[in-house]
Amino acid sequence: MLTMKSDAKGLVANGVSFCHGCGLELAARIVLDVLGPNTVIVVPPGCAAMLSGYGNETVTKIPGFQGNLENTAAYAAGIKAGFEMQGRSDVQVLGFAGDGATVDIGLQALSGALERGDKILYICYDNEAYMNTGIQGSGSTPLNCWTTTTPGGKSVYRKDMVGIVAAHKIPYVATASVGYVDDLRKKVEKAKAATAEGPAYLHIHIPCPTGWGNKPETSIEVAKLAVQSLCWPLYEIVNGDEYKLTVAVSKPKEVAEYIKLQKRFAGASAEEIAELQQGVEQEYARLLKRIG
Amino acid sequence: MLAQQKKHTTHCKNSKKYYVGPVATEFVATNTGIWRIERPEVKIEDCIFCGTCQKHCPPNVISVEKADENRGVHFDWNYCKGCGICANVCPKKCIQMIPEGSVCKL
Amino acid sequence: MSTRVLLDGNGAASIGLKLAQVKVISAYPITPQSPISEKLADYVVDGSLKAKYIRVESEHSAMSCAIGAQLTGVRAGTATSSVGLALMHEVLGVAAGCRIPIVMPVVNRSLVAPWSLWCDHQDAMAERDGGWMQLYAESAQEVLDLILIAYRTAEDARVLLPTMVCLDGFFLSHMSDTVHVPEQATVDSFMPPYTCHNVRLDPDDPMFINDLTPTAEFTEMRFQQAVAFENAFDVLEEAMADFKKVFGREYSLIEAYQCEDAEVVIVTLGSMSGTGKYVVDKMRAQGKKVGILKITSFRPFPAEQIKKALANVATVGVMDRCAGLGAEVGPVATEVRAALSGKSVQGFIGGLAGRDLSPVTFEKAFNQLLNKELTDKVEWIDVREDALTIREVK
Repeated sequence: MLTMKSDAKGLVANGVSFCHGCGLELAARIVLDVLGPNTVIVVPPGCAAMLSGYGNETVTKIPGFQGNLENTAAYAAGIKAGFEMQGRSDVQVLGFAGDGATVDIGLQALSGALERGDKILYICYDNEAYMNTGIQGSGSTPLNCWTTTTPGGKSVYRKDMVGIVAAHKIPYVATASVGYVDDLRKKVEKAKAATAEGPAYLHIHIPCPTGWGNKPETSIEVAKLAVQSLCWPLYEIVNGDEYKLTVAVSKPKEVAEYIKLQKRFAGASAEEIAELQQGVEQEYARLLKRIG
Repeated sequence: MLAQQKKHTTHCKNSKKYYVGPVATEFVATNTGIWRIERPEVKIEDCIFCGTCQKHCPPNVISVEKADENRGVHFDWNYCKGCGICANVCPKKCIQMIPEGSVCKL
Repeated sequence: MSTRVLLDGNGAASIGLKLAQVKVISAYPITPQSPISEKLADYVVDGSLKAKYIRVESEHSAMSCAIGAQLTGVRAGTATSSVGLALMHEVLGVAAGCRIPIVMPVVNRSLVAPWSLWCDHQDAMAERDGGWMQLYAESAQEVLDLILIAYRTAEDARVLLPTMVCLDGFFLSHMSDTVHVPEQATVDSFMPPYTCHNVRLDPDDPMFINDLTPTAEFTEMRFQQAVAFENAFDVLEEAMADFKKVFGREYSLIEAYQCEDAEVVIVTLGSMSGTGKYVVDKMRAQGKKVGILKITSFRPFPAEQIKKALANVATVGVMDRCAGLGAEVGPVATEVRAALSGKSVQGFIGGLAGRDLSPVTFEKAFNQLLNKELTDKVEWIDVREDALTIREVK
């Protein structure tokens, strides 16, 4: 049994060393609040490993396991299978990994679990770079964005991770944002329910003041602007082909307004910003076609 | 044969059992309150008790109490990091960030 | 009671995991192990093994799934070979460090490059310091028996070390032999159902496993593993003694074949031991005093037992089926030398990537040692003379 050396509202201690204004801290609490105590969490090394603790001390009340960077989905699949074989299919198994650990190195293990239909909930918290190791570029880093390994701005588009997941035709996929916490909550509920049938996947947008260079107090504001400028549309996909927008944006804001709050785009020229705007509009048009 | 092994046994005579390998068995909280260089101050007369601040607080240290006893917006100062999100999201703009230590603690 | 069945090493390994009643299987195919991944699937589909079969997409995931499953409190089954084991490397360390007693058949095959499909010990040797026990089988019967002994030992609260049961690719994995297959009830009397003695994943008993460990505690956790390896000697011997009582077959950490009065002994690992014993019989008939020392438990390394068995042997050779590049002699020879400090030990390298360690090769080695043709450097006993000129540029 865990020795409780602290009180906490909810399943995560209130004092955890996430940065000021960390979007992940908010997302993690909401996710676990919805999933409840009958949950096992698997995290890779990275920012979410804050939840695992240090030495004999943890900040999470539910059972958890820190695996390797690329195999969160595989550990989760094995854990789920172990519980199923003991008549405990009710135990929720959550894989909670960052963009680096999902979109890049974690792609294979995730694809395998999705193809097999393993009944896990996989959540990618996307802060758009390898933040925990010091802001290196990932496959999810946006175009023209500064990171320590794309110091001249990233020259290529980010992977459409949600599209890749949707191609596996799993019961439930959705994007979410800490700028829209009610929408996020609803989606965690739906994803949780969907794991009775098969895998479910959420891709949550996570502003990171440390890596994005926004002021900590603006993390929610920035997350909202990402949605309102169509950079991060909020939608869900049921059974691989029923697309539905969950937050409509009637008067989209300019991408420039979103990125101006973030130092990581400060080096982008006017042409590059226009390129970003065009790219975002094209992607959104493609999404609208799928929604039909 | 390990020379030190004679001192260490995995069978303990007392009833205590020990895990081997890496595991955390104590639930703790880090004293993140000491990070603060600013703290939120609520102008309670303008507050509409919507709970937006509570909903968006990453460490979840805000509790908005509408009922008469204990009515107010309460912060757990052990853990509030002073990030300022609550002030930023408040629809009534009735939270401002003031320097930590400027509040008279009596 | 047991049944005599014609089985190859892979068949014996599959039955071993079946008798252990593994509940989750995650085996990725790779030559020459693939029949194990297939046979286990057959057992699940025909209902003779109640398990969930996770058709993993790589060996890295195979070991990850096995660890995840075993942490919830069930036996997990997987098997691999060669580059599959190499791909698992990172995750093997998790099983070892978290003290998860997975038992895994490893069908020994060379690593790459050059590409080979065939037998040598490079794959398992590359993992020798990772914290897994390693047992080597000489025959299909030994494959089955050592798997059962491995479960008994690995899962013991004094040990809690994952274990590889190694069988030579093709020479053992694909060679059919008579195997006594015990009944489930007999196996159950030897092997208790799986009990997790250490960390586990259970919402009724939360803990966070494998979180970051401070420098102030890491050494201690490695030391815990070292203590477990020390304990493993006794626990293995207990398990082997019990095995003899229940099944009638005798096992030990090493097998000294005709070593008592031998002038020359060659140390062996795996299926080559059978050939070695055959040559010993042949040469003894000619009056030559030779013997074979087969190592069954390579990890933990039975230094004391080897020292004792070879105390009166004048000349010792070691047949390494792994090149041990960059070292003076091969990996097994290095450790035998250390155990017999002071005594001259001739290292041989041979049988790489499916090259047969034939009676001719063993005779050559024995005769070299009998004639005291010893060198400090390793002797590549079966290398071709034209080694450097086999690819002419035209």
